[in-house]
Amino acid sequence: MSQKQIYVFFAKWINLYVDGFKNMTIGKSLWAIIILKLIIMFAILKIFFFPNILSENYDNDDQRATAVRNILINRE
Amino acid sequence: MNDLIGVVDWSRAQFALTAMYHWLFVPLTIGLSVIVAIMETLYVRTGQARWKGITKFWMTLFGINFACGVATGLILEFEFGTNWSNYSWFVGDIFGAPLAIEGIVAFFMEATFVAVMFFGWNKVSKRFHLAATWLTALGVSISALWILVANAWMQNPVGMTFDPEQMRNVMTDFWSVALNSVAINKFFHAVFSGWTLAGVFVIGVSSWLLWRKRNEEAAKSSMIIGSWVGLAGLLLTLWTGHGSAVEVSKVQPMKLAAMEGLYRGNIGQGLVGVALLDHSANPLDGDEPMAFSIDIPKGLSYLIYGTGDRFVPGIIDILEGREINAQGDTVNTVSYADRIAIGKRAQQSLRDYETARRANDTAAMATAAEAVAKDFKYFGYGYLKSPEAAIPPVGLTFYSFRIMVIAGGYLLVLFLVMVFISYRKPKYLEKAWLHWAGMISIAVVWVCSQAGWVLAEVGRQPWVVQDLMPTNAAISDIPASSVQLTFWIFAFLFTALLIAEISIMLRYISSASKKNIEQTA
Repeated sequence: MSQKQIYVFFAKWINLYVDGFKNMTIGKSLWAIIILKLIIMFAILKIFFFPNILSENYDNDDQRATAVRNILINRE
Repeated sequence: MNDLIGVVDWSRAQFALTAMYHWLFVPLTIGLSVIVAIMETLYVRTGQARWKGITKFWMTLFGINFACGVATGLILEFEFGTNWSNYSWFVGDIFGAPLAIEGIVAFFMEATFVAVMFFGWNKVSKRFHLAATWLTALGVSISALWILVANAWMQNPVGMTFDPEQMRNVMTDFWSVALNSVAINKFFHAVFSGWTLAGVFVIGVSSWLLWRKRNEEAAKSSMIIGSWVGLAGLLLTLWTGHGSAVEVSKVQPMKLAAMEGLYRGNIGQGLVGVALLDHSANPLDGDEPMAFSIDIPKGLSYLIYGTGDRFVPGIIDILEGREINAQGDTVNTVSYADRIAIGKRAQQSLRDYETARRANDTAAMATAAEAVAKDFKYFGYGYLKSPEAAIPPVGLTFYSFRIMVIAGGYLLVLFLVMVFISYRKPKYLEKAWLHWAGMISIAVVWVCSQAGWVLAEVGRQPWVVQDLMPTNAAISDIPASSVQLTFWIFAFLFTALLIAEISIMLRYISSASKKNIEQTA
């Protein structure tokens, strides 16, 4: 495949997306839902409500393993 | 302690809520992608433009569902890290590997080919477009495969060894995990149930079109495909469901006993057909568990073993470690009281390991690690207060199984009737009762699908990982109030998402059906 052919392929590929997004009708509402959903999930829920407890509270895997071991040997 | 119970209950409720909402979208995506691909194949094979219009109509409904459902499963992963941090550490790369494969391979496969599906009409060749549609359907199923491999490992943990130093299970055999017998059955069962659900969805929407006398020819053609895909899906769901039940009898016999409300098993055990549990009875003290029951003689033994003269253990038999083998001899297996003792011994070995580790005593560490490995099979039992704590909620398990089976039976009749009417008695396609049956069945199939997951997940309680980790050990040290708050946030968000999906779908079906669907190509 020559460089020109590769360029044409990618130009066509990008054009597929650009044209597709431009000519969307119902798809615009759907993209709005997807983007809003992802913003709520990653910018609000994940940051403020769903910290990864072991990643945030401990610096390395050894500390995390020790923490879990201590919890599991003391939990009844 | 009360707060721990509160956190466990709220976290379970939250996980159930998010998983059940997630599962509202997923099976429709799985099944509708196949139906759309079949319709497009008809377009490419016959060259009739009407099939292109019909394909586009259903493809748009697929797109609405895909957009609303995509990424809802990620919330489950958030919950692992926050609410179930002990669990997510303990399962280690065994859970992480399938999920990573799912994320990378299937997501990119879907994302690429979904774009060609929706944007590629008239831009790529017919055959390339068709290939993209089929590959989307394949990608959706591959997504489901890896999620179900991870889930199946929790029901039947294989292919790993526990490392007390890392405090996690380390995968030793990827193929044992990927080809876990529970995973294979579960995967096909879930995928075919998606075909069933989408078949009913197509029948239901087509019924509405017929009822409103809009696009009747397109509706009839769609109904035939929906009925055939649904019928094939349901028959294969029944077959794989049977396979799942056989696997459950091997790896989760307590779940099978709870499904049947069976406390004392027998040789030639009957299958409960129609029954009501007696909630005032205490079957563990010898009371009859059923207020009313009609059994199929020897049915359960036959279903599980293929012969009517085998013993199926009940809940009490399993607790006591009592089994009767194929030769009719009573065999004592490990009772739950003994399993609890072994589990506590494994915990003590782990304590010894930690003590030796702090003292930097490598010889004592090796001895303790060996002792943990010896008893690890029953590690999780050490967290149970009593053998009875290992009994899942029998009522919910029993009734969800029956709801699934009864709804499935109804759907089998629906598909057969629809296929028969479509070919032999098409005049009945004008009847309002048939239209209403089709529309109401949409609710029935979703109840059926949800009941299946309730059965699978409630029936394995109290285990998060079968025999190795119960819910009360898996939970993080977090306040119950924070889980309550996020529970209600999710309840609100998912309900809003569901309302958005249903309203967009209804609006689209209504507006698209006012035009000629077959000429919108």
